[in-house]
Amino acid sequence: MSAVPSPVAPPRRGSPPLLEADRLSKRFGNFLALDDVSLRVEPGRVHALLGENGAGKSTLVKCIMGYLTPDAGRIRLGDREVLPKSPRHAQSLGIGMVYQHFTLVPNMTVRENLVLSRPRLPFVVDWATERAALASFLARMPFQVDLEAPVRSLSAGEKQKIEILKQLYLESRVVILDEPTSVLTPAEADHVLSMLHQMARAGEISVVLITHKFREVTQFADEVTVLRRGRKVGHGGVGDLTPSAMADMMMGGASKSSSLPPSARSSEHEAPADERDRGTDEGAIGHARVLIDDLHAEDDLGVPALRGVTLEVRSGEIVGVAAIAGNGQEELVEVLAGQRMKTAGTVTVSGAEYEPKRAIMRALNVRCLPEEPLRNACVPTMSVADNMALRVFDEPRYTAMGWLLSRKKIAQTATTLVGEYGIRAPSIHTPIGRLSGGNVQRAVLARELEGKVDVLIAANPCMGLDFAAVAEIHARIRAARDRGAAVLLVSADLDEILALATRILVMSEGRIVYEAPLEGAEPAVIGKYMAGHGAHVAPDERHASS
Amino acid sequence: MLEGRMSDTAAGLGIWALPLALIGGALRVSGPYLFVSLGECLTEKSGRINLGQEGTLILGAMTAYGVSYLSGSPWLGVLAAGCAGLVLGALHAWLCSLPRVNDVAVGIALMLFGVGIAFFLGKPLIQPPAPRLSPIELGAWSSIAPVRAALEIHGLLLLGVVAAFVMRFVFRRTRWGLVLRVAGEDADAARALGYDVDRVRLVATAIGGFFAGVGGSFLSLVYPGSWSEGLSSGQGLMAVALVIFARWDPVKCLWTSLLFGGAGALGPALQSIGILGGYNLYATAPYVLTFVIMIATSSARRTFADQPAELTVAR
Repeated sequence: MSAVPSPVAPPRRGSPPLLEADRLSKRFGNFLALDDVSLRVEPGRVHALLGENGAGKSTLVKCIMGYLTPDAGRIRLGDREVLPKSPRHAQSLGIGMVYQHFTLVPNMTVRENLVLSRPRLPFVVDWATERAALASFLARMPFQVDLEAPVRSLSAGEKQKIEILKQLYLESRVVILDEPTSVLTPAEADHVLSMLHQMARAGEISVVLITHKFREVTQFADEVTVLRRGRKVGHGGVGDLTPSAMADMMMGGASKSSSLPPSARSSEHEAPADERDRGTDEGAIGHARVLIDDLHAEDDLGVPALRGVTLEVRSGEIVGVAAIAGNGQEELVEVLAGQRMKTAGTVTVSGAEYEPKRAIMRALNVRCLPEEPLRNACVPTMSVADNMALRVFDEPRYTAMGWLLSRKKIAQTATTLVGEYGIRAPSIHTPIGRLSGGNVQRAVLARELEGKVDVLIAANPCMGLDFAAVAEIHARIRAARDRGAAVLLVSADLDEILALATRILVMSEGRIVYEAPLEGAEPAVIGKYMAGHGAHVAPDERHASS
Repeated sequence: MLEGRMSDTAAGLGIWALPLALIGGALRVSGPYLFVSLGECLTEKSGRINLGQEGTLILGAMTAYGVSYLSGSPWLGVLAAGCAGLVLGALHAWLCSLPRVNDVAVGIALMLFGVGIAFFLGKPLIQPPAPRLSPIELGAWSSIAPVRAALEIHGLLLLGVVAAFVMRFVFRRTRWGLVLRVAGEDADAARALGYDVDRVRLVATAIGGFFAGVGGSFLSLVYPGSWSEGLSSGQGLMAVALVIFARWDPVKCLWTSLLFGGAGALGPALQSIGILGGYNLYATAPYVLTFVIMIATSSARRTFADQPAELTVAR
């Protein structure tokens, strides 16, 4: 049976077992999510699993982890056939997973979270023994964490490291990671991945790495399996496959490299010219449209989240704000969108004082594309047409006698926009919550970009979207800029910012800490500032100066 | 009656009469608050709010009084009250585990149910006297009556005090407590760890109901020590505010209960030193305190860091 982790973990012995998924299939209703897919993870190797959203990567690993029961196929671990019934069961077999979302409990300490994850916890937890055991465990680990820190106080990168530590603490021999670097800075990502790579080299673990970043595959993986629409479309050693070959497999051979979104490119500097179009024409950029001066706000727990943000956005430019999740960028967008009150500071738009009220936003042509639009900018149970009318339904052109809504005109506009933006919806009367993420994003973008746009605030506009949708939404944002809009783009994806932004600002701990030069912005330098290592100022000194 | 006895000698104690009467009153009045808030704290830690505690409290009071009357043993009454609460708590948890059932709505329904069934079954119990729990006379050394009265401690209250510390120990140091907190903080994480969140909440809500039921027995068997339909004055509901004020910490629930008890004892205490005017005004002190606490601790902009993240009101 499984090795029960004792408080003092003995050193691992032997190489991790071979994990083999043999011809797995899984059907949801009429949808074949996984079609006869096999995966072979050799002991001590890093195996990358590549594919677009919806390609079946998650379904495959969910079958391996026991979340789903495959309709057909077998899973073998070492020389035994296994059928994990639950994630807990898979864990007891030595297969562990690091999820894209965190499974740590925010209101508990790192120590409590780690101990909690152990199977067969004693009834009364002897914290003195556990502390000693954890300390000796950490001493063997490549990075250190503060065991007594509450998880909610940690950055995303630190949480990700603890998720990985947790798998090692549980002595998982096969570790599956679902896009582990999406919340990390480039430097953190390299650090974490090279650590996993080394542990695999040392024969301690095998790694399955789900990703869509070719750079991570070529740099850290040994083998790669490519999925597309539920089928396995490619497999091979990383040395044998070029990024463009992998991209062709993922996209079904229909792709040209220029249509790939930035995140799929193997290197920033190989990007084609049209992808690097940042609108730096001297003539195109106009006067300062948005002035944010010393803006302060608090987060939900009353902790200062914005500590004096000052920036300007001129018309005809895209200002990209790069930040790791939890450094105030969400709060910045919420303050501008009217979802959060500022505690101090001013925002000026087109020379007038701006407050995120309906009338003012309308008068100043300020539009918002918040992140997770289904949650932040839509009423999921209302129809596509109604959602597209949310911003304008009370304008005279949609009303009779000043108060009676004209459903006909609302439907007309919706039909036009659905056609124009290629929104795939069964009908404009379908509840918007039933649309796919990309189509919700398109619908909200259509609503927000209708008419004259002076200011567009966009937050993570492409989160969770597939290649085609990403390319299209980027094109729409560029088009808005070309029509003279001042665009403030907040994104956790540095590649996206590098591709779109005219100017790049880095936000850390609630402040703008760095402005990258117009030309030759260095991802490594930006990443350093994102991680808060750019400014050589001690945290308490920063407090004093605020 | 007790207060009347005190007022005879109150004049002799001068300035000490009021605090003594307040302490004595607080120790008696805080009992129901303590038990209900401990029960509610346990329930909320698991990620559910049970607003039915007021109904559980009254049903517990009636059950305790009835069982004590019929069996002659008040402690058996306390146990029966706890069991009645256990059943109501389990019912709440079961209803909430059904799809798309809101715990707040279920709680209100069960509050009305508990009160209604207690009044219905308790009709014959209004007249007959039942054996009550007898106090431990900690003030026997003193010859001053108000001192003796103030230091009359009930074993049941001491059990509550012990329970508060045990509960804190359980939350912090036991597997059971950790699992309970995970269920209350992040149901998905709890499921990922292989725990059945509904079952954890069932156990927590049922035991929480047990506590509230015992709190009811305090009303009918200790103070005021009889059964009538006007027995509770909303302690079961105020306990919800109390738990928020105590930041979901059982030991803080103890101190807060004493504070609420003191506020509840303000009217009788003032009466005992001869201030008779405005009795009804002073009787509102616990409610005013509830308002003040709710206003002072709430904010439109932030949520409590200690609040179990799974609570419906937190989402």
